[in-house]
Amino acid sequence: MTNHATDGWEVVIGLEIHAQLATRSKIFSGSATAYGAAPNSQANLVDLGYPGVLPVLNAEAVRMAAKFGLATGATVAPRSVFARKNYFYPDLPKGYQISQYERPIVEDGSLEILLEDGTRKTIGITRAHLEEDAGKSLHEGLANASGIDLNRAGTPLLEIVSEPDLRSAREAIAYMKKVHTLVRYLEICDGNMQEGSFRCDANVSVRRFGAAKLGTRCEIKNVNSFRYVEKAINFEVARQIEVLEGGGSITQETRLYDAAKDETRPMRSKEEANDYRYFPDPDLLPVVLDAAFVAAVRATLPELPDEKAARFARDYGLAAYDAGVLTASRELADFYEAVVVATGGGAVGAKLAANWVMGDFSGFLNRDGLELAAARVGARSLAGLLQRILDETISGKIAKDVFEAMWADGREADAVIEAQGLRQITDSGAIEAAIAAVMAANPKQLADYRSGKDKLFGFFVGQVMKATQGKANPAQLNELLKKKLAP
Amino acid sequence: MSLHARSVAELAAGLAAREFSAVELAQHFLGRISASNGALNAFLTPTPERALADAARADAARAAGQAGPLTGIPLAHKDIFCTDGIRTTCGSRMLENFVSPYDATVVERLQAAGTVLLGKTNMDEFAMGSSNETSYFGVVRNPWDLSKVPGGSSGGSAAAVAARLVPVATGTDTGGSIRQPAALVGISGIKPTYGRVSRYGMIAFASSLDQAGIMAPSAADCALLLGTMAGFDPRDSTSVDAPVPDYVAELKAPLKGVRVGIVKEFFGAGLEAGTGARVEAAAAELKALGASTVEISCPSLPMSVPTYYVVAPAECSSNLSRFDGVRFGHRCREPRDLMDLYCRSRGEGFGAEVKRRIMTGTYVLSAGYYDAYYLKAQKVRSLITAEFRKAFQSVDILLGPTSPTPAFGIGAKVDDPITMYLNDIYTIGANLAGLPAISIPCGFVGELPVGLQLIGPHFGESRLLAAAHAYQSATDFHRRLPAAYA
Repeated sequence: MTNHATDGWEVVIGLEIHAQLATRSKIFSGSATAYGAAPNSQANLVDLGYPGVLPVLNAEAVRMAAKFGLATGATVAPRSVFARKNYFYPDLPKGYQISQYERPIVEDGSLEILLEDGTRKTIGITRAHLEEDAGKSLHEGLANASGIDLNRAGTPLLEIVSEPDLRSAREAIAYMKKVHTLVRYLEICDGNMQEGSFRCDANVSVRRFGAAKLGTRCEIKNVNSFRYVEKAINFEVARQIEVLEGGGSITQETRLYDAAKDETRPMRSKEEANDYRYFPDPDLLPVVLDAAFVAAVRATLPELPDEKAARFARDYGLAAYDAGVLTASRELADFYEAVVVATGGGAVGAKLAANWVMGDFSGFLNRDGLELAAARVGARSLAGLLQRILDETISGKIAKDVFEAMWADGREADAVIEAQGLRQITDSGAIEAAIAAVMAANPKQLADYRSGKDKLFGFFVGQVMKATQGKANPAQLNELLKKKLAP
Repeated sequence: MSLHARSVAELAAGLAAREFSAVELAQHFLGRISASNGALNAFLTPTPERALADAARADAARAAGQAGPLTGIPLAHKDIFCTDGIRTTCGSRMLENFVSPYDATVVERLQAAGTVLLGKTNMDEFAMGSSNETSYFGVVRNPWDLSKVPGGSSGGSAAAVAARLVPVATGTDTGGSIRQPAALVGISGIKPTYGRVSRYGMIAFASSLDQAGIMAPSAADCALLLGTMAGFDPRDSTSVDAPVPDYVAELKAPLKGVRVGIVKEFFGAGLEAGTGARVEAAAAELKALGASTVEISCPSLPMSVPTYYVVAPAECSSNLSRFDGVRFGHRCREPRDLMDLYCRSRGEGFGAEVKRRIMTGTYVLSAGYYDAYYLKAQKVRSLITAEFRKAFQSVDILLGPTSPTPAFGIGAKVDDPITMYLNDIYTIGANLAGLPAISIPCGFVGELPVGLQLIGPHFGESRLLAAAHAYQSATDFHRRLPAAYA
């Protein structure tokens, strides 16, 4: 894609994605991690950083991180180390965050993204490390005071750091979606962006094409939707180019995206940045993972999105992009496969199922703002409809009306077809009779057609369809009409 | 013999024989606290009501035939251990009014064993000090000479046991904080192997060095308590899941054939002559009792003080960040903004020595200095550990003085941190290497006690205690009490 505004400039983006791990308890304490509880009801003495308390690592968080590492072809470190990142903030109870610094648990992985134009690109994953989340500061409704809610403090996060391999906001979004898909496949993160379970910081810089050195980067903090990440990056790229083309220079800084104003603005400069004084946390032993542990985790890996997409393309004859769309979530892929199996009909059925799942079915979900699990037409019911298309009981066009009726009141396709008399007319006698009536009623058009106005063929198809309420089998109608209209 | 002159083992025997009840015993010691704590300042928070309730429970347990070896034994906890419902100050204004909502594992285990809590003892602020002069609540006095310090940081526990205001007390040792005060007041104090006793609920100073231990009249008494305190705790990731030996049963192990290494570096310049002579005499005594002695060298040991004063402040600078005036502890009045809240709460809540170490630690961890200080110190630490490991290939126990001098005057070193820090020159090595070590009385210089230090290999507590016990079976230094408290 060429973007006029970026002509001559190369955009360089790296993402830091924070995925909240779906463990039941926190990373260093036994408190629950459920979202939405009353403030501080899920914070025990460890989460509150009381004097004398100590962290104990949640083994499930380690397994989840290892799962991500294996799924991205990364090295799961035989030995990783927790470090303290020291800074003061009211919602950081200990005055330090336990994170991993020099020795992360996952290193050197990659993911392949597929763009809409069919290009594939491999994005490097520098590292993924475990860390604890901080709490939240609350300011609303508190006059001249701030509230602290430490329910989130100690929630396990996997911070996934990409290489600066992304060259546009679109690539960044494709990568972010890919990670989003993957963590949900692995069942290590619920991916809920509104609740902050999946969030992203973007490092953005620009340079002249061909320049060897990277430009000065700015970090855009905590953008919590795909759309905002795209907008924030685009704004930031345009801003940087404008500054540079105006003869200015970029200051390395952290910037905040304001969705309401659609702009990024400075949060703190490099000079103001904290010296975090990282050092190994003496309260925690190094995490030592042996080959048996890694093998056991590997055995729990599900079929991964790329594998599934390749299989869909191969077995169901789907285009790569369609296979990608259908495998974007495990639920959708499972739904699609259930439709395919129940429909039957080989490759034709599979292709038909793909079109319907991506088309009307997804469209209705979107229209009604429903999750897949709440769909008003189940996989078996949808397959029942597709079978009626395949066996020519109804046409594809009629099928759309049947589907709408099914979605509205939960009836099966056959019941709708019967009740509304939508069964396709395949009796050639009946079709011929309808053709004869139309020909008789339109002598002028008939004469014109016979004198060479071929375009009028469509007029006759339309008239017959109208006469049969669209139920005439289109192929049969074509064939019979040609015969009858012939001089 | 009066009750307080007895060892813990003798008190346990008396309780078992129903010679006296736990309540009577508690009352006896509570009376001594009332009479003498004013002068000594060893207890910050006596807990008489709790003590009598614990004691009544202990007597009931005994009547029901459910008494264990420690049922009814009075004890005190250094005020660094969190005690549920009881003020836990850590010797600091920061926690002057902090009532812990939970018990430390050590507290929990000793409580479950039926001990009777007499109170919480004074200490250097956040365990940072070697004289107990950094306590926000005032200096503790040495029962042998009230003008002298009791050592630190477990100075309150040390003075309380030495004056027999309590028969036994817990302590913690980060760089010598059990052994050095034990030496300066003439009692026995053991710092176990790092990981032997849970740190959960012990307010952290330097997490990789801190270890809880026991301060008692004799090594045998240390053995009696240590077995209950020690053992794996799932709440402390650095506690070690290794079986706890029967330290009391293993006290009988003979000294014959035990190889004692006399550490050359412990007898250099700076060691006061009388102290050196007493320690050498103790080595000779051990030899006479059947041990063999050999001189041994750990050449990197002289670097232990500078190494410690990088590692310990680094860790403390981070550990003490949680005292920010937000959730607990001291908060300044009417903060203008967040920065003011932090600066004044911490500025007012911490004393000078704590601030000095936080600043030192912050500096050595900061960008550009980390490699030169923290990383280098960790390398020296590895070197010291390796030298100890090598030494233990040829000997079973290392021997030296605990402290370079007997107790010094209150105020004598308070303005000279470097001289103060050198008090721990012989004790710090064991912390850096995580080794168990014990200090036991081995004589006097004038009226002041001298401590003998024995260091063992990792998890070698049994042999240390047995050797100390053999020495104490042949000597009576540990039975002597300061005249005013006899």
